[in-house]
Amino acid sequence: MNRPIIEIKNLLVRRNNRTLLQVPQLAFRSGTIVSVIGPNGAGKSTMLLSLMRLVIPDSGEILYRGQRILPGISIHRYRRKMSMVFQEPLLLNTSVYNNIASGLKIRGMNRRNIRPAVEEMMDLFGIAHLSKRSARSLSGGEAQRVSLSRALAVSPEILLMDEPFSSLDAPTRESLIADLDRIIRDRGITVIFATHDRSEAIRLADEIIVLNEGRIIQSGTPAEITLSPADEFVAFFIGTETILSGAVTNAAEGVFTVSVNGSGVEIMGEVEPGRRVTFCINPENIIFSANFPETSARNSFRGKVVKAVSQGLFHKIYFDCGFILVGYVTGRSMETLGIRPGRELVASFKATAVHVIKVA
Amino acid sequence: MDLIVDGVIQAFHLLVSGDPEVIQITLLSLKISGAATLISTCIGVLAGTVIALIRFPGRSVIVTLVNTGMGLPPVVVGLFVTILIWRSGPLGSIGLLYTPAGMVIAQTIIAAPIITGITLSAMQHLPGRLRLQILALGATRRQMVWLLMKEARLPLLTGVMAGFGGVISEIGASMMVGGNIKGYTRVLTTATVMETGKGNFAIAIALGVILLILALAVNFILTAIQQRK
Repeated sequence: MNRPIIEIKNLLVRRNNRTLLQVPQLAFRSGTIVSVIGPNGAGKSTMLLSLMRLVIPDSGEILYRGQRILPGISIHRYRRKMSMVFQEPLLLNTSVYNNIASGLKIRGMNRRNIRPAVEEMMDLFGIAHLSKRSARSLSGGEAQRVSLSRALAVSPEILLMDEPFSSLDAPTRESLIADLDRIIRDRGITVIFATHDRSEAIRLADEIIVLNEGRIIQSGTPAEITLSPADEFVAFFIGTETILSGAVTNAAEGVFTVSVNGSGVEIMGEVEPGRRVTFCINPENIIFSANFPETSARNSFRGKVVKAVSQGLFHKIYFDCGFILVGYVTGRSMETLGIRPGRELVASFKATAVHVIKVA
Repeated sequence: MDLIVDGVIQAFHLLVSGDPEVIQITLLSLKISGAATLISTCIGVLAGTVIALIRFPGRSVIVTLVNTGMGLPPVVVGLFVTILIWRSGPLGSIGLLYTPAGMVIAQTIIAAPIITGITLSAMQHLPGRLRLQILALGATRRQMVWLLMKEARLPLLTGVMAGFGGVISEIGASMMVGGNIKGYTRVLTTATVMETGKGNFAIAIALGVILLILALAVNFILTAIQQRK
């Protein structure tokens, strides 16, 4: 286990009588990619700005390799170990080359050493041909590539990114994420990036921190967060819309049954009858068929399609079987099953596919 | 009509022949307004940047004063400075009345708020997060201010042009503080007024044309710098 490169202890940031961020303890291990996810106003940007010491907290401290970082005239020495990329590229009104070189010039590096560092970054991000172009004439994707090149040219130990891809179109975002993933893993840079896009987080991160209203709700690997969300908020935020609750009616041989609006849902685990359980089912685990399938799935319910929403390659299906289940089907399944609002189908899922969020 | 035509012809002769008095007046105008613009640029850019970047109590009052100062009537400035440096006034002992130095002070008071106001506006119009981005690049506070100034260089030069334009063309303050003394404090605007009063339209037109050329030339140079890629 790597030692923490940066830690937060008892951090509290309040503005206008509102708590923007309250983190009792949080450590970021060296060389990991951590994604901070949460809705708008969750405190993601405040966390990154606090780590960069660009926000003055009301209380608490930041530790870099175990040492307290205090605000003061030498704070730039601490900031020079890091880099930050904002949602907007925030380029200087000069050429692409000068923009990428700006962090190195600020650090007082001489021109002879600046050139190879800048050229290396331009090659890595595929923007060498833009070197002499004015930053003002770039497209959104090009400008964000310049911004990332500028941040990485200074060889930071820690790279902070605040929703760096949110203003880009899908193909540009995909290619930029792929390039960035390769570069930061090759260099072993610790990355902390904020996003409200869960797929971005799952794609890039080794660890995910879920924030809401300034507080950490859950942290863990992408698999842990996706398969075992800590509460309804996390489940919903990572894309699980099927969140149900009911009373346990029966329990035997490691399986218990929860009554939801009169239907029994079988769940793997041990909970005594009479307890109230809140659980969720990932959309990927729900299978739709025309008739009851001959599979090991313990849960199969007949019902009707309420609506189908196109998500590009997939369609999101809202299915009413006494309670609402949300699942995905491919375009091809849409055709073969004749899915449309009102269509009668059977939805199935395994007892192991159900994640219990809360037992009351 | 003949009056204007004759005036223009005579003005052309004066300009081409290089009349020593006209040259002396032109150079003095350039020196006084140039010095006032230079001093105002130092004061205005610094003050505008500080007001834009630092939050302090009474800041909005200062901003209102700066904005008011941008439209300060030169004749009021002239009156104020004249009283201040009048022989029996608070600064009378320094002996600045009817001197080029006194004129520079008066013109600085006119140009400084213009440059301060435009600098303030230019700095405030930079993206709010640019400051954070520059600090995040590891800049010291001084480096950040310098980079922000470089980012705002186009409107800052507009401020300098507006400041110079304001003082090279003003007459009230120069007349009251300088006194229009021949060969010492006579500048293009005061000389133009005097020659017009005397009915010497040719000289007045010549001086007016020089004033226009001067303003055009200085702004041409500053615009060239401003629009440089």
